[in-house]
Amino acid sequence: MMSRKQKIGNALAYIVLVIISFIWLFPFVGLVLQSFRSYKLEPGGMVGYLVPKHFSLDSYIYLFSGESQFPKWYMNTMIIALCVSAGVTVISICVAYALSRFRFPGRQFLMKTWLVLGMFPGFLTMICLYFLLKIMGLTQAGAIPGLILVGVASSGMSYYVSKGYFDTIPLSLDEAARIDGASRAQIMFHMILPLSKPVIIYTALVAFMGPWCDYIFASYIAFGHSASYNVAIALRNWVWTNDYQGFFTRFCAAGIIVAVPVTVLFMFLQKYYVEGITGGAVKG
Amino acid sequence: MDMNRTKRNVNAFGMYFTRHLRLVGNAIKHSTIAAKISMVIFGFAHFLRLQFLRGVALLAGEVGLLYVIFGFGWQYLSKMGTLGTSMGGYNPDGTISYGDNSFFILLYGILAVLAIFALIVLWCINIVDNYNCEKKLSEGRTLPRNIDDWRNLFDKNFAQTILTIPVLGIFVFTVIPIIFMICIAFTNYDKDHTPPAALFTWVGLENFKKIFDFGGMGLGSTFFRVLGWTLIWALFATFLNYFLGMAVAILINRKGIKFKRLWRTILVTTIAVPQIVSLLYIGKLFAADGLINLFLKNQGLITNPIPFWTNANYARVLIIIINLWVGIPYMMLIATGLLLNIPADLYESARIDGASAFQMFRKITLPYMMFVTGPFLLTSYIGNLNNFNVIYLLNSGQPKSMSLVNGAGSTDLLVTWLYTVTVTNNDYKTAAVIGIMVFLVTSVISLIVYGMLPSIKNEEGFQ
Repeated sequence: MMSRKQKIGNALAYIVLVIISFIWLFPFVGLVLQSFRSYKLEPGGMVGYLVPKHFSLDSYIYLFSGESQFPKWYMNTMIIALCVSAGVTVISICVAYALSRFRFPGRQFLMKTWLVLGMFPGFLTMICLYFLLKIMGLTQAGAIPGLILVGVASSGMSYYVSKGYFDTIPLSLDEAARIDGASRAQIMFHMILPLSKPVIIYTALVAFMGPWCDYIFASYIAFGHSASYNVAIALRNWVWTNDYQGFFTRFCAAGIIVAVPVTVLFMFLQKYYVEGITGGAVKG
Repeated sequence: MDMNRTKRNVNAFGMYFTRHLRLVGNAIKHSTIAAKISMVIFGFAHFLRLQFLRGVALLAGEVGLLYVIFGFGWQYLSKMGTLGTSMGGYNPDGTISYGDNSFFILLYGILAVLAIFALIVLWCINIVDNYNCEKKLSEGRTLPRNIDDWRNLFDKNFAQTILTIPVLGIFVFTVIPIIFMICIAFTNYDKDHTPPAALFTWVGLENFKKIFDFGGMGLGSTFFRVLGWTLIWALFATFLNYFLGMAVAILINRKGIKFKRLWRTILVTTIAVPQIVSLLYIGKLFAADGLINLFLKNQGLITNPIPFWTNANYARVLIIIINLWVGIPYMMLIATGLLLNIPADLYESARIDGASAFQMFRKITLPYMMFVTGPFLLTSYIGNLNNFNVIYLLNSGQPKSMSLVNGAGSTDLLVTWLYTVTVTNNDYKTAAVIGIMVFLVTSVISLIVYGMLPSIKNEEGFQ
């Protein structure tokens, strides 16, 4: 039987957990409720109450009625996220695989150089990247392929989690396959990668979620060309424009539309995510 | 200890270099006529030996690099010393004359220099490979056929094959831009010197002096105040999240607590929802006209809005608190997995010895966690030094202060300040200097802390 002390302890623990849940869910509940506030009957800005007096879909209708380019921006972001996710997965898995499975001259040099390069802040190179892309015609109207290129190009430097995973697959598997006459490429594609589904899904998931939040590069590279915007630019502009009074509920609605698919996807693949970050944390 | 290691690295590099130099020298000395011709036309000797694959690769490399160097690199390279002298403008007859563009001179100049290096390396590879092939032939051994070379790309040299594109990508989109920006730190590139309307030029250490200048025109006091807040912020953000996240994990793991999955899922929602949505919303919750202030006002609890974002100290504390909301779920996930790895009999025997819950935490849980997550703590501290999203999305580094110059605000980190300096103030030279300082701070902290980590000092500690 549980002792009295343990019962009190558990009761306290539940109270704390309920408070924590309240704090953690509050912003999301607020976001959902305020996105349904009627624009015609109530102020469209920030108000002092959470539950709308008149529920309506006004803000959602605004998003998709053609008054804004939101559907276009949404598609842009989706395209970028899918391409970046695919590209980053291929590149960083290749790098991790090569560094984990093979010993070749220059391996240590590569790893050390990338470690050092990683210590420079990413935004340092923003202007230079902008002009590099501009030379290739990938800014403003061409911003979407440009953003994909930037997102994928340097992803080889973030190989740590996948390498940690490959390191745990015994090399004796490779040796056995080599004795059977398999080439190194065959070993990778037919043996090791099928065993590495969790880390591949983790990499793809993290890479997919990144572009939804990319305000900085996107606004810099697409500057002034609204057809190339992504949802992050729209969200931030709506919430920070001076007349955000009208746009606040629209921001909430857009936020929901952006968050729902990403969140659902994440919740489905949660298991892989947890494996990935836990492995990454232990290996450093 | 570090000095020794650096010395060893330098020595190793020197040895590597001289060894290869000797190889190349030896190869030149013993080169055949065909090999001598292929010093000019790369791959010539390979073609004679019917090694078409290698020949084509070498020749294509040479042609490409020569195009970069002489096609457009040369004209820019020759102006690298001044970064351009002639300004563009309108001719007397009304036509536009294009002057020098300092930006492209520097960019293409760097490209040309790198191409020259690459050409030298390719030249050496070409010669040494010729020598090796000739040696094999003279010893009566057979050369790898084209089909063997091709197969090796997927077998013996598979690592190089799959690394080629990633390395190239990093080179073009990270290495070249970083070299470029390091160069910018030694120029006067800013909004008054923006090509094509104006030129910029080398100014030596001028910008670095300004960062350490505490006088009226200097950036010294602003830089060190931003740096100070950056370091403090990262300390709080890392360790508060670490301990509170662990505490939440222990709480959920507690025996007798039901719905463990539910509690975890609620916290994990924070990670699942894109930060651009959640943080922008939370930032506005605390605005002067945001939900919380308006609610309190409607209830008659306050008359004036609480200056969450406009008072520097409120803003700093609030940012650290909101960051807990962001960070605790991550740490909870990591800690949950790790806590299960601690052998249960350790706790059992401690309990028999009469240890309290807190004692067990201090003597068993904490040392274990510190041991396995030491490197993670370091990387998350470094990550927090550069935690752009939280600060930028919540309040963009506000509030501004009269005592801070060049657009810096009281909650700005070095990286968010770097962003403002670049995008709002177009003060690229200062941005470059700040970027280099961030790099120095990061690498110094990494080097010091790395040596102190328990898992590095004592690798077998918990095995």
